[in-house]
Amino acid sequence: MKVIGYIIQKEFKQIFRNKGMLPIIFVLPLLQLLILSNAATYEVKNILFAYIDEDRSASSRELIEKFNASEYFDVKASYVNYKQASEAMLKGEVSVLLHIPQDFERNLVRYKKTDLSITIDAIDGAAAGVESGYINQIIQGFNKKIRLELLSFSNGNSKPVRIETIPSFWYNTTLDYKTFMVPGILVLLVTMITLFLSGMNIVREKEIGTLEQINVTPIRKGEFIIGKLFPFWVIGMGLLTIGLILAKLIFNTPMLGSIGLLYFYTSFYLLVILGMGLLISNYTDTQQQAMFIAWFFVVIFILMSGLFTPIESMPKWAQWFTELNPIKYFVEVVRMVMLKGAGFTDILPQLIKTLAYAFVLNVLAVWSYKKVS
Amino acid sequence: MKEENVIISKGLTKRFGGFTAVDAITFEVKKGEIFGFLGANGAGKTTAMKMLIGISNPTGGEAMVAGFDVHTQQDAIKKNIGYMSQKFALYDDLTVAENITFYGGIYGLSRKQIREKRTKLIETLGLGEIAHQLVGSLPLGWKQKLAFSVAMLHDPQIVFLDEPTGGVDPITRRQFWEMIYKAADEGTTIFVTTHYMDEAEYCHRVSIMVAGKIEALDTPKKLKEQFEVSSMNDVFLRLARNIE
Amino acid sequence: MKRFLGFVRKEFYHIFRDKRSLFILFGMPVAQILLFGFAITNEINNVDIAVLNQSKDVNTQEITQKIDASKYFTIKRFLTSEKEIEEAFKKGDIKAVINFEKDFSEHLIKEGQGSIQILTDATDPNTASAITNYISSIIQSYQQQQNQGVQMDYQIHPEVRMVYNPELKSVFMFVPGVMTIILMLVSAMMTSISITREKELGTMEILLVSPLSSFQVIVGKVVPYIFLSMINAAIIIFLGITVFKMPIAGNLILLGLESVLFIITSLALGILISTMVKTQQTAMMISLMGLMLPVILLSGFIFPISSMPAPLQVISNIVPAKWFITIAKGIMLKGVGLGYLWKETLILIGMTVFFIALSIKKYKIRLE
Repeated sequence: MKVIGYIIQKEFKQIFRNKGMLPIIFVLPLLQLLILSNAATYEVKNILFAYIDEDRSASSRELIEKFNASEYFDVKASYVNYKQASEAMLKGEVSVLLHIPQDFERNLVRYKKTDLSITIDAIDGAAAGVESGYINQIIQGFNKKIRLELLSFSNGNSKPVRIETIPSFWYNTTLDYKTFMVPGILVLLVTMITLFLSGMNIVREKEIGTLEQINVTPIRKGEFIIGKLFPFWVIGMGLLTIGLILAKLIFNTPMLGSIGLLYFYTSFYLLVILGMGLLISNYTDTQQQAMFIAWFFVVIFILMSGLFTPIESMPKWAQWFTELNPIKYFVEVVRMVMLKGAGFTDILPQLIKTLAYAFVLNVLAVWSYKKVS
Repeated sequence: MKEENVIISKGLTKRFGGFTAVDAITFEVKKGEIFGFLGANGAGKTTAMKMLIGISNPTGGEAMVAGFDVHTQQDAIKKNIGYMSQKFALYDDLTVAENITFYGGIYGLSRKQIREKRTKLIETLGLGEIAHQLVGSLPLGWKQKLAFSVAMLHDPQIVFLDEPTGGVDPITRRQFWEMIYKAADEGTTIFVTTHYMDEAEYCHRVSIMVAGKIEALDTPKKLKEQFEVSSMNDVFLRLARNIE
Repeated sequence: MKRFLGFVRKEFYHIFRDKRSLFILFGMPVAQILLFGFAITNEINNVDIAVLNQSKDVNTQEITQKIDASKYFTIKRFLTSEKEIEEAFKKGDIKAVINFEKDFSEHLIKEGQGSIQILTDATDPNTASAITNYISSIIQSYQQQQNQGVQMDYQIHPEVRMVYNPELKSVFMFVPGVMTIILMLVSAMMTSISITREKELGTMEILLVSPLSSFQVIVGKVVPYIFLSMINAAIIIFLGITVFKMPIAGNLILLGLESVLFIITSLALGILISTMVKTQQTAMMISLMGLMLPVILLSGFIFPISSMPAPLQVISNIVPAKWFITIAKGIMLKGVGLGYLWKETLILIGMTVFFIALSIKKYKIRLE
């Protein structure tokens, strides 16, 4: 038992003495948390907008003004013909083009209907869909206004019925994407650091020969493994703490649930990650190999974790696969506890699955660590 | 006083697939002996030693080290032996004192014992001024002496040294062998592998491995008489030529 | 020259003998492309929602049916009171609740107006907006149906054209994106590791004392990775074309050349990293931790740069990946040539020169 203490002492000394690594372990992730959380947003803003107005009527000018006034669109230029405009779109200077034909106003008044043409750069399909939605909204609003004005001159037909939809956004009334992303990114950073460090650690001792030296001592492999991994568990929890403080201070991320619950869950989650790191280092010979394999799994797990894209949108086979993804559970728990105030019973399914995962992985890892070859 | 055998090997074998690295070696080492385990690079010395120190499972044969079976009692063996690897495996980013403390702790010594030994060691080796320097910054000779001392920290019955003098100058080598003599005088058995044939002269008895088999086993004096040569180097050359 | 080639050959041996690393090197892009192509998407499908119908009249039932029939939504539960809403959201399986007001049909007939509340779990604001929009549009089209008898005068008909990607396929976004990430990370990481490993093992000094100039040593170390990365790029494009039917509108050769340029930029970055660190571990951690997230998030790969706050948009300009993604998308999807991309190309060249110059300077300082 005391032996574990000696190993832990040595590990901590080595970690903190490594002046080059310290900023990478502590400063880099937190810096990324601060900066990158601001980058993550699916909102589409500052849409590069241009128009061709062949009508130049009061109506067309009014419609263009509506786009100008909108906070989503950035009116960049107006063009004389379509060729000019598509040239600009090719260059990437314009994303949305509004083309108002010559008899726009006249047709509207005389024939009670008129056409418009919208061209959208759809390379980013998702963004294009969103932009199309915004455009529709503006045009519908304009249409309604015009109709009311024009209708007041004619006899009213029977009034159409109107169904009003009232949206209500729970847990995130401002639809702030950061509220969603900050906890997720924090999860990512804690996972990456813990996995990479633990994965490389034992391999490094293999490479420099001290592992063999230790294998000749009477130390039990359980003692050795616990001593080696415990410091990284501490670092993981430490990063979580600092990250949470930053999230609260700088992003004002809500913390509706119990922090204790979050720590409780994380302490088990880290066991999964450390087990993975240990398993990887048992099967690799060089640090490079260990890093590569760890990287491979991390990227796949991150992409399939529900952090950047929702799991519900994945095909059934992929959703099945995410059951094996520990990061998915962590992301879910963090969001449920912090943003919805979930309690112990609410996260029980994730907790149980994580515990099972930790158990299996660590048993495998310890079994595969051979003091004797 | 009857001399007991602290290492007994009978037909010890290690095979890797179709390749036999250690081919049924049989020998004994007496308590307090300095036993030289010689052979060219690749002859199988290190593989054989790994079986004796309990980090490699033999494919065949038997061996007892410090009274324990190498097949089934590997942990007990490790409690009673010391080991110095070829790479002088000390932690470059820990200080001299910290390395001693660490290995002392790993061997299960009490805090008091560690403190005493550490002080004694630093004094004996004359490391007083550099006790708090990182091992990485030490010259090779100091590392070597430190590694040996660390291997002896828990007063083991037998100490295994794997090519302990690689890369050091002759004076340091001499000093190192003086440390070995002192330990042997105090009753520790020394099992040392080397490919420096002149170091064989320093041993009580030597064995010479060629291609996995022990082809010679006796005192250096008797071997030189047997092959009618004047140096262990020549013994080895003769042996190698005979095999061909 | 012969010596140099011999050195390059040794580097190739190193790489190809390390089967595990090789497997990851080539397996990684394949795995990512497949994931992105088949599993990862923002579109919503079969979202589980609940309905709270306090009216239970003709209109509300018709609307409910319409929503259930849509491929976007699956009505999982019918709630009986507003208290149950919080419970449903907390459990996490319900993403939205549709709440019809009492006496909906009556209001519709008497006052010509009825209201429906769409409550969404907005912890993921993006999905919440999308769900709200889809439900709204289903309700709107129902409204349209109801008003068919009534003349809708003064109707503006917008005709929307999606160009470059009419089917709004997401493959167009991620193939260039994955290519960029893999090329950048692999090149930078592998180079920095390769050079620092020689430093750690001590064999670097041997190389430097050899007749090879230090320039040749560095170039020799880097050359194999150019080939490796090109193969990776080819695999990714090949998969994009065959599995996902992504068309290449532009010049494939230009794409190849620009890819080589970007690979060299990333390699130069790897060399710079190796001059700044002492151990492999540090090199790897900087490459992975320091490059991965910024490249994914700031390059315009997943999140549009134009939507980011201004300071981040400025920072994204120093991420080489951002420029290459623009180039790759331009060539692959818009079919443009160098004439349109000269600015981005020049920037990449500039960055490469800068990284190399800085590396040389740091290297010289160390020698003195």
